[in-house]
Amino acid sequence: MSTLSIENISMRFDLPNGSHVQALQNVSLELNTGELMSVLGPSGCGKTTLLNILAGFLAPTEGQVTLNGRRVTGPDAERGMVFQQGALFEWMSVRDNVSFGPRMKGQRETQFRQNVDHLLDVVGLRDFKDKAVYELSGGMQQRVALARCLANEPDVILMDEPLGALDALTREKMQGLVLKLWKETGKTIILITHSVEEALLLGERLLVMAPRPGRIHREYRLPFADAGVGKDLREVKKDPDFGAKREEILSMIWDMEEEIMGRTEEVGA
Amino acid sequence: MIILVIYVAIFTAAFFVVRFGVRKFRQLNDFTSLKTVTFGDESAVRPDRWASVISVLTIFLIWGAFTGSKWVPVHAPGPFVGDTQFTYTLEAPDGRRDDATVFVRVFKVGETVSEPEAEPGDGFARNDVLAVGAWRSQLLLMDKNDEITREDGARVVAIDGQPVTEGQTVSVADGTVAVTAKGSLNFAPTKGMQMEPIWLPPPEAVVARVAEIANSGYQNFTLWEHLYWSLFRVIVGFALGALVGIPLGYAMGLSDWFRGWFDPIVEFMRPVPPLALIPLVIIWAGIGESGKIILLFLAALWIMTISARAGVSGVAISKVHAAYSLGASKWQLMRHVIVPNSLPEIFTGARVAMGVCWGTVVAAELVAAEKGAGMMIMVASRFQLTDIVLMGIILIGIIGYGIDILMRKAENWLVPWKGRV
Repeated sequence: MSTLSIENISMRFDLPNGSHVQALQNVSLELNTGELMSVLGPSGCGKTTLLNILAGFLAPTEGQVTLNGRRVTGPDAERGMVFQQGALFEWMSVRDNVSFGPRMKGQRETQFRQNVDHLLDVVGLRDFKDKAVYELSGGMQQRVALARCLANEPDVILMDEPLGALDALTREKMQGLVLKLWKETGKTIILITHSVEEALLLGERLLVMAPRPGRIHREYRLPFADAGVGKDLREVKKDPDFGAKREEILSMIWDMEEEIMGRTEEVGA
Repeated sequence: MIILVIYVAIFTAAFFVVRFGVRKFRQLNDFTSLKTVTFGDESAVRPDRWASVISVLTIFLIWGAFTGSKWVPVHAPGPFVGDTQFTYTLEAPDGRRDDATVFVRVFKVGETVSEPEAEPGDGFARNDVLAVGAWRSQLLLMDKNDEITREDGARVVAIDGQPVTEGQTVSVADGTVAVTAKGSLNFAPTKGMQMEPIWLPPPEAVVARVAEIANSGYQNFTLWEHLYWSLFRVIVGFALGALVGIPLGYAMGLSDWFRGWFDPIVEFMRPVPPLALIPLVIIWAGIGESGKIILLFLAALWIMTISARAGVSGVAISKVHAAYSLGASKWQLMRHVIVPNSLPEIFTGARVAMGVCWGTVVAAELVAAEKGAGMMIMVASRFQLTDIVLMGIILIGIIGYGIDILMRKAENWLVPWKGRV
C-alpha cells in the first residue's frame, strides 16, 4: 500500500510589516492509496496552502510530506494537480493538452495515443479532441484538465476547487464524473472545496479545517461517496443522514466564521 | 478657415446623405444591428465604411480644388493670370498733375513672357510696363521714365483716382497697389484662394513625381532604393533588437539576478526617446549604415525586452504549476509554456517596436544619410521640391501602415488564442 503521509507540518512566514502569519500548525494526516478525501473549511484556514505543500510548490517550515516513503521536495509527475480554472495551455489542442504529460516524458505518439483517446472518451470529449481549448465551455475545459491529469498517471491527484467555477448543473455532472474516475482508476484524491454538499458527496474522508492558525479541526469518514458511485447524486442527497451531516458541518463552519468575524470586529474596535 | 468650413460642410452633408439616403437601401440584419444601446457601447460602434471612403475622397477633393488640380472638376478661384492695367497720378512740385497707365502682365511662375508693350503717352508722367508672376509682387519705379522724377520732388497722389500717400495700399483691378515708404509702387496681383505649387503642389504633380523618381531616381538613388534602404535598416535593427531583447526579457522574467541587474538599465533607457540618441550615435558610429542600425537596435531593444518580460510575468502561475506537476523540466516549461504564453505580449511589443523603428529611421535619415526615404524628403525640402516631400510623406505613411497590417496578420495567424483566454 502506497501512502501519502503528512507529518506534523507547520507553515509560518513573515509579512513586510514585521508581523507573521501562521498558515498551518501541526497538521498530520495519512492517506492510503485509493482514498478520496475532501477538505473543507472557512476561508483563510490554509486549505490551499496545504495543497500547495502536498504538490511541492511550497516548502513547509516544519515537518515533512512523504509519498510512498519518499520525501516531497518539489512538484513531480507522481502528484497531479487540477486547478479551479483548468490552467490549460491555450496554444495546444485538446488532445495536445491531454497528452502533455506523456510527451514531456519523451513518450512517442504510438505509446500514448490509445490511453489519451480512451481518456477523451471517458470525459466525453472525443469529438472535440482537435478543437482549441479556448473554444470549449468551462465544464468541458475542466474535463480536459481532469483528463490531462489522468493521462499522466499520477499516484495522487490534488484538486483545488476544481468545480468551483462551474454552474450548478455542470457541477453536479462533474461530481458524478469525479466519483466515476475515482472508482475506475483507484487513484488517491485530495479535493479542496467550498461547498459542504460537494465535500460530503465526494469525500470518503472529510477533513474540516479551522483558521488562525490553520489546523485540522475534525475528520469524518463518510459513506456517501461509495454509495454515490454510478448513482444519481440527487438520490444520495435525499438521504436523511446526508442532511444531518450537512447541517452539522455547516453550523460548525458557521461558528468558525462567526468567531473570525467577532475577532476582526474586536481588532477593528 | 474657408477650407475648414468646407470640410465641416462636406462632413455634415455626407452624413445626412448616407444616413437618410443610402442606408434606406441597405439594411443590416446582424446581431449588432439589433442593439438599441449603441451610445456608450464601444463594441456596437463599427466604422461606417461610407464615411471612410468619403473622408479620403474629401481630402483629395479639397487638396485638388485648392491647388487647381486637373483631376478635380471644381476649383477654388485661382490667382489672376493675364494682362491688366492701372493708372497713377503724379504730382509735380509745382502742383501740376499728370496721369500715366501701367500695363501689367501677370504670368505663371516658370513660364517666360515678354513685357507688355505700351505707348509712352503724353504729359510728364509716362506709361509703364510691368511683368509679375502669379502669387508674387513686383516693385515698380514708375518715375524712371518720367520727365519729373521723385528726385525732382514728384510724388504719386492717386491710383485709379483714389488718393494715396506713402505706406497706403489700394485695390485696383486684379490686384493691389501699395505705395512704399520711398514713394515707389508695389503691385501684387490677386492671389485667389489656391495654394501656390511650391507650398502645396496638386495631386497630379505628386503622382508624376512618383513615376519620375521611380524611373530616374533622386539624389543618385531611385525611389525604390530609397525606400528599400529605409526598410532594410528597420528590419535589421528591429531583428537585432528582438534577438537580444527577447532573451534578455525572458532572463529578467525568470531570474532575480538578471532582473536586479538590468532593471535600472532598462527602466532608465526606456523613457529616453531614440531620437535623443541620434547625436551620440553619429559621434560614435558616424552617419553610415552601422550608426543607423545601432540606433534602431536601441530603439527596438528596450521595447522588446519589456514586452518579453511582461510576457513571462503574464503566465498564470497555475499553468506553470500544472506543467511542473505534469513532469515538465525547466527547459520543457520554457519551450511549451512560457514561450507560447508570452507570444501575444511579444507581438504587441513587436508592433510597437516596428512603429517606433520606422519613425526613428525616417528621423535619423532626416539628420544625415546618403539614401533613404527621410533623406529624400529632407534634401527635397531644401530645394523647395514640395511635391517630392509630399510624395515621401505619403509613401512613408503607407509603408508604416502596411507594416502594422502585416504584423497584425502575422499575429492572428501565430497567436490565435490572443484575447480569448
